[in-house]
Amino acid sequence: MLKFPIYLDNSATTPMDPRVLDAMVPYYLDHFGNAASRNHPFGWEAEDAVDKAREQIAKLINCTEKEIIFTSGATEGDNLAIKGIYDMYARKGNHIITVTTEHKAVLDTCKHLEKLGAQITYLGVDSEGNIDLNELENAITDKTILVAIMYANNEVGTIHPIKKIAEITHKKGALLFTDATQAAGKISIDVERDGIDLMAFTAHKMYGPKGVGALYVRRKNPRVKVTAQMDGGGHERGMRSGTLNVPGIVGFGKACEIAMNEMDADAERLSKLRDKLDTALLSLEESYLNGNKNSRLPQLTNISFKYVEGEGLMMAFNQNIAVSSGSACTSASLEPSYVLKALGLGDDLAHSSLRFSLGRFSTEEQVDYTIEQVTKAVHKLREMSPLWEMFKEGIDLSTIEWAAH
Amino acid sequence: MRVYLDNAATTALDPKVIDAMLPYLHNHFGNPSSIHSYGRETRAAIEKARKQIAGLFHVSPGEIFFTSGGTEANNMALQCSVRDLGVTHIITSQIEHHAVTHTVEALKKENKIKLTYVKLEADGSVDYNDLEELLKASSEKTLVSLMHANNEIGVLLDIDKVSELCETYDACFHCDTVQTIAHYNLDLQKTKIHFISCAAHKFHGPKGVGFIYVNADALIKPLIYGGAQERNMRAGTENLYGIIGLAKALEIAYKELEETKQYISSLRAHLKKRLNEEIPGIIFNSPDNGLYTVLNVNFPASEKNELLLFNLDIAGIAASGGSACSSGSNIGSHVIAHFNREEDSAAVRFSFSKFNTKEEIDFVVDKMKEMMLVTVQ
Ligand SMILES: Cc1ncc(COP(=O)(O)O)c(C=O)c1O
Ligand SMILES: Cc1ncc(COP(=O)(O)O)c(C=O)c1O
Repeated sequence: MLKFPIYLDNSATTPMDPRVLDAMVPYYLDHFGNAASRNHPFGWEAEDAVDKAREQIAKLINCTEKEIIFTSGATEGDNLAIKGIYDMYARKGNHIITVTTEHKAVLDTCKHLEKLGAQITYLGVDSEGNIDLNELENAITDKTILVAIMYANNEVGTIHPIKKIAEITHKKGALLFTDATQAAGKISIDVERDGIDLMAFTAHKMYGPKGVGALYVRRKNPRVKVTAQMDGGGHERGMRSGTLNVPGIVGFGKACEIAMNEMDADAERLSKLRDKLDTALLSLEESYLNGNKNSRLPQLTNISFKYVEGEGLMMAFNQNIAVSSGSACTSASLEPSYVLKALGLGDDLAHSSLRFSLGRFSTEEQVDYTIEQVTKAVHKLREMSPLWEMFKEGIDLSTIEWAAH
Repeated sequence: MRVYLDNAATTALDPKVIDAMLPYLHNHFGNPSSIHSYGRETRAAIEKARKQIAGLFHVSPGEIFFTSGGTEANNMALQCSVRDLGVTHIITSQIEHHAVTHTVEALKKENKIKLTYVKLEADGSVDYNDLEELLKASSEKTLVSLMHANNEIGVLLDIDKVSELCETYDACFHCDTVQTIAHYNLDLQKTKIHFISCAAHKFHGPKGVGFIYVNADALIKPLIYGGAQERNMRAGTENLYGIIGLAKALEIAYKELEETKQYISSLRAHLKKRLNEEIPGIIFNSPDNGLYTVLNVNFPASEKNELLLFNLDIAGIAASGGSACSSGSNIGSHVIAHFNREEDSAAVRFSFSKFNTKEEIDFVVDKMKEMMLVTVQ
C-alpha cells in the first residue's frame, strides 16, 4: 500500500534513518554531559561519543579524526572554509575561483568577501553543468588562494571531476574546497584519492539529523588552516567554538557508518529506479533532461517539461507527491532557478522543471505511481495550454513577440 | 550514587522536551524551505516556536533568530554590530564568557575597535560608576557587552541600570543571558537591550540550538551567508527538532519559574549552610544574591586540592572547577583570578537544576567532609 504523500525530495532533506535516531536517543536522555567537561564521567561519556562519531565520519571520506571540525551544517561549513581561508591566507593573495552553479552558501559568502576586497572569478558551465577545465586552469593566478567547486550539484546532480580539478588547482599552488553536501554518503568520496583540501557536508542530507555538519580541513600535505569565524571556548581545536551538539554528532556518525556500508547498494538500487523514472518521463514529448546524464548523482533527476509551468505541475500532484521545482532554499521564491539559467535554459524551460530526488526509503511502487501521475498531469496541463496548442499547430514560438507583462 | 551538579555546563534534557521533539525526529522531517506539505508543516512548527518564544520576552517574532547556540549568538551580536552599526568602541568586563572575551579580543587585534574593561567590585559585580564614566567619556559609537549572570560565580548584572546608562549615552547593549534565560523573567519592552543570547542546553533543552534576540532598531546583517532562512539573517537548514525542543524547554521553564526558583534556591541555601557550618576555612565566590543555580566555593589551601575534583568524581559527584568551555582543565579560571585567592586554594562550582534533590546535597556535603578530613587534617 502506498502511503501519501510520497517523498521524492531527498536532496532538500532526508528522513532520519531509524538506526540513526536509535543511536542518538541515549545521548538525549542518559548521557547528556557537555563534551568539554573534563573532570567527570558525564563529560567523558559525551566526549567518547563525539570521538567515536568523528572516527565514523573520517572513515567515510578517508581522513583522520583530527581533520574533522563539527559545524551546525553545510552552510556554516561553506562559510567557515571560504572566509577562514580568505582570512588565513590574506598574505598570499585575495583571489578565489568558484562556479556560477554553486549553492547560495558559497556564492553569497563569496559576494560578501568581494565587498571586503576579495577578487572572485565565477566560472560558467556548459548545458550539462560541466565546467571547462582549461578555463579553470587559465583563471588561476599567483594570487589565487582557493578554488571552491562543489562535488555534485544540488539541482541537476552533475558531478564535477574533483580529482582533475584538484590536480590543476594544486599544480598552480592553490587550495581546493569542495561543497560535498549532496555527494557525501551517496557516492564514494576519498579526500586522499581526490586531492581535496577542505570539504563541507551535512548530516540531514544523508539520513542523519538536522543542525549538524562537518568541515574537513587537511592537516598533511599540505597542512591547511582556517581562521575561526566564531570565537569562544576554543572547541574543535580553536577553529569552531560552541558547546558540541552531542546527540546530533552521534547521529551524524551513525549516518556515516551506515552510508559507508550501504552506499553502494543504495546507489545501485536507486539509480535503477531513477533510470526508470527518467526513461518514462523523458519519453514524453518535449521533455528534457537537465544535467550531465553520464556524470550524475545516482538518486536524482531534473527534467523540464516544455509548455508546462513547473509550479502548476507540482500543484497537480502536490497532495500526493513531494518534489521540488528548484532547490529548497530558493523554492519559496518564484524566480527561475539560477542554476538552470546558468545551464542556458530560458525562463520557460527553467520554470517547467522538476527535481525528483530518491532516497533510501523510496520504493519502486512509489516511482511507478509518480510516473503515472506526472505523465497524467503533463498531458492535462498541456491540453489546457494555448502554447502547447500553437506548438502542435507548428507555430515557431520563438518568432512570436510577446507583449511585456 | 551519581550526583550531577554541573548544570551551568549543560543540563539533562527534560523528558517532556524530547516528547515534543520526537514527532519531528520521526515523521515530520521536511525541509522548512520546501513548499510541499512536508516543508509547510515544519515551517509552521518553527514559526509557532518563534512566536511562543517572542511572547515570553515581550518582543516581536521578527526579532528572534535561531542560531546554533550561545557562542554563535554572542559572536553575531559583537561582530555584526562592529561591521554593520559602526561600533568602534566596546566596553566589557574581564570576567565575561570566552565567547565574548575572545571575540572582542579578536576584533581589537584586527584594529576594528577600541576595547575597554569596566572596573569590577570585590564580588565581581560591575562598578556602575565606572561604567557611567566610561560611557560619558566615550565619543565613539559604543557597545556595552556585559553578561547577565556570570557562569562561574553567578554574580548578577543590574540590567535595568545598564540599559538606562546605555540609553542615556546612546550606546548599544549586548547582554549574554545564556545563564539566566529560563531562570528569570525578562521583559524586553521594559528593559531595552539590543541583543540577548540564548543556548537551549542550559535549561533542559537540546544542544546545538539557541537564539539571538536582535532589537528591531539594530539593523545588522548576517554572520553566516547562504539561503534565505531566518528572514535572510541566518542561512542554513534549520535545526528543526532543536528549535521545537528549545521552545518547549522555555515554555516549561517559564510556566514553573517561581516554583523552580524557590526549590533550587533552597537547595543552594542548604548546601551553603552546611558547608559553612561543617567545613572550616571556606569562602564563597558567589554572592548571596547571585544566580540561584550556581554556588562557587573556595576551599582552603592544601597541597591535595589538585585532586579535589578528581576525588569528587571518585565519590560520584560531578561539579566543575571553572567553566566547561575552557579546554585545558589546569589553566586557572580567568574569572576566579579576579578574587586573588590564596595560592593552592581551590574553587569548585556547584550548579543546580530542578532535577537535584536535598538528599544529593547532603550526600555531597558528607563526602566533602570525608575528603577534607583526609586532605586538610
Ligand atoms: C555565559 C555563557 N555564554 C555563552 C556560552 C556559550 O554557549 P554555547 O556553548 O552553547 O555556545 C555559555 C556556555 O557555555 C555561557 O555560560
Ligand atoms: C550543495 C549544497 N550546499 C549547501 C547546502 C546547505 O546545507 P544546510 O542547509 O544544511 O546548511 C545545501 C542544501 O541545501 C546544498 O545542497
